[in-house]
Amino acid sequence: MPPPDAGTAPAGFTITVDGEPVPVRAGQTVAGALLAAGRRTTRFTRFGERPRGVFCGIGVCFDCLVTHNGVPGVRACLEPAAPGDTVRTQHGAGEVRT
Amino acid sequence: MARVFDVAIVGAGIVGAACAYACARRGLSVVVLERAGLLAGATGSGEGNLLVSDKLPGPELELALLSNALWRRWAAELAGRYGDLELEPKGGLVVTATAAGLARLRATADDQAAAGVRVEPVDADGLREHEPAIAPGLAGGVRYPQDMQLMPARAAVALLAAARDRGADVRLRTEVTALRRDATGAVTGVETGAGPVTARRVVNAAGAWAGELAGPLGAAVPVTPRRGFILVTEPIPPLVRHKVYSADYLENVASDDAGLQNSTVVEGTPAGTILIGATRELVGFDRRPNPEAVRRLARGAVRLFPALARVRLLRVYHGFRPFSPDHLPVLGPDPRAPGLVHAHGHEGAGIGLAPVTGHLVAQVVTGEAPDVDLRPFDPSRFAVAEGSSRAAA
Repeated sequence: MPPPDAGTAPAGFTITVDGEPVPVRAGQTVAGALLAAGRRTTRFTRFGERPRGVFCGIGVCFDCLVTHNGVPGVRACLEPAAPGDTVRTQHGAGEVRT
Repeated sequence: MARVFDVAIVGAGIVGAACAYACARRGLSVVVLERAGLLAGATGSGEGNLLVSDKLPGPELELALLSNALWRRWAAELAGRYGDLELEPKGGLVVTATAAGLARLRATADDQAAAGVRVEPVDADGLREHEPAIAPGLAGGVRYPQDMQLMPARAAVALLAAARDRGADVRLRTEVTALRRDATGAVTGVETGAGPVTARRVVNAAGAWAGELAGPLGAAVPVTPRRGFILVTEPIPPLVRHKVYSADYLENVASDDAGLQNSTVVEGTPAGTILIGATRELVGFDRRPNPEAVRRLARGAVRLFPALARVRLLRVYHGFRPFSPDHLPVLGPDPRAPGLVHAHGHEGAGIGLAPVTGHLVAQVVTGEAPDVDLRPFDPSRFAVAEGSSRAAA
């Protein structure tokens, strides 16, 4: 995977976040794209609907969970963004994937 | 003038906290001396089991039944002011895959029922009614409605806070190094890293460290750490309703094998995580990870609840249970050191047995006749067995 600043004109694409387009530079994670777009909340907690977002940024804290292409509980900080991705802000724990 | 406490309790884990609460609510002056911080030992690294199902008829089951009722009462007393202990009277469900295993399990349940435990035999269809996500193909099991679960960290902190409100002095990072005794040998307090503490009674509630502490206290007991690992999953919507475990858990608990043993114990928590236990190893205070233990736990949990195969783990932790060689707690006055009271050796049952332990310690400290015959738990009972091949060094 090339670093975000590789090349003179980084290949760009968009992903869809809660129905809106968000620009991505090649190599960014979902969390990277969200933060670059000024979106700090990735989910709301199960109790009290409190906002949560990127905390550790390295996959340990499980705070930056999103629903990614229909799969809940995905850590946005670890997930490389890909063209056509659909991301939704997660509410609660999501569903168990079966 | 230095203060003279009625009782000094060594250890602020769940057992020490329960002793402090039970003594303080009787009006005794209490000091709790904790070497580390809060929740540094097994209380902070367990599951919160309040089980009657894993105990065979005998003195420990008697303690468990009393403690089960006491937890309900204490949780009600502490609720509100001291937070939610997350006490869940969810019941236990013990399952087995084979007809032979089921016959053994049912025979055990009959014995337990005769000793006052509520048991409900469950057939294969019944398992799926009680636990819709459980794996197909199991032979059946037994449901134990009295089994409960709570959040040990919340419970210990609530008990300590309630004890403090009744005058108890809780001193963290205060290590007890020796027992103070007078010319007659009677206990007069303890030495600590922060100076002497004077007390009429001293309670050893040091959990897995009780054996290490007991030597310097002049009252040796062969209690050693028995390591256990627990896996914690990401929070998911409710999937596991009971505390569900495989029947071989009972055999593992009763075993003396020092090598790695595992059985499958799966339960949900109010936070949405699933806790997966349980392993047992006698390896001293070895804090190194054991990938084999993790593998076996994960495999066992997926065997019972196949949907867990797609659920991620948040973390793995381990703790040290206070293992007593004859599988009975060490509880009561020590004839070798008048004034010293033991309250440890509960192995994996410390959270469940904490209230009854606290209650009995308070009775011993006040000189009341204890509600339970303490002879099976006599701290000096190991002396005769010393040197035998069973010594759990």
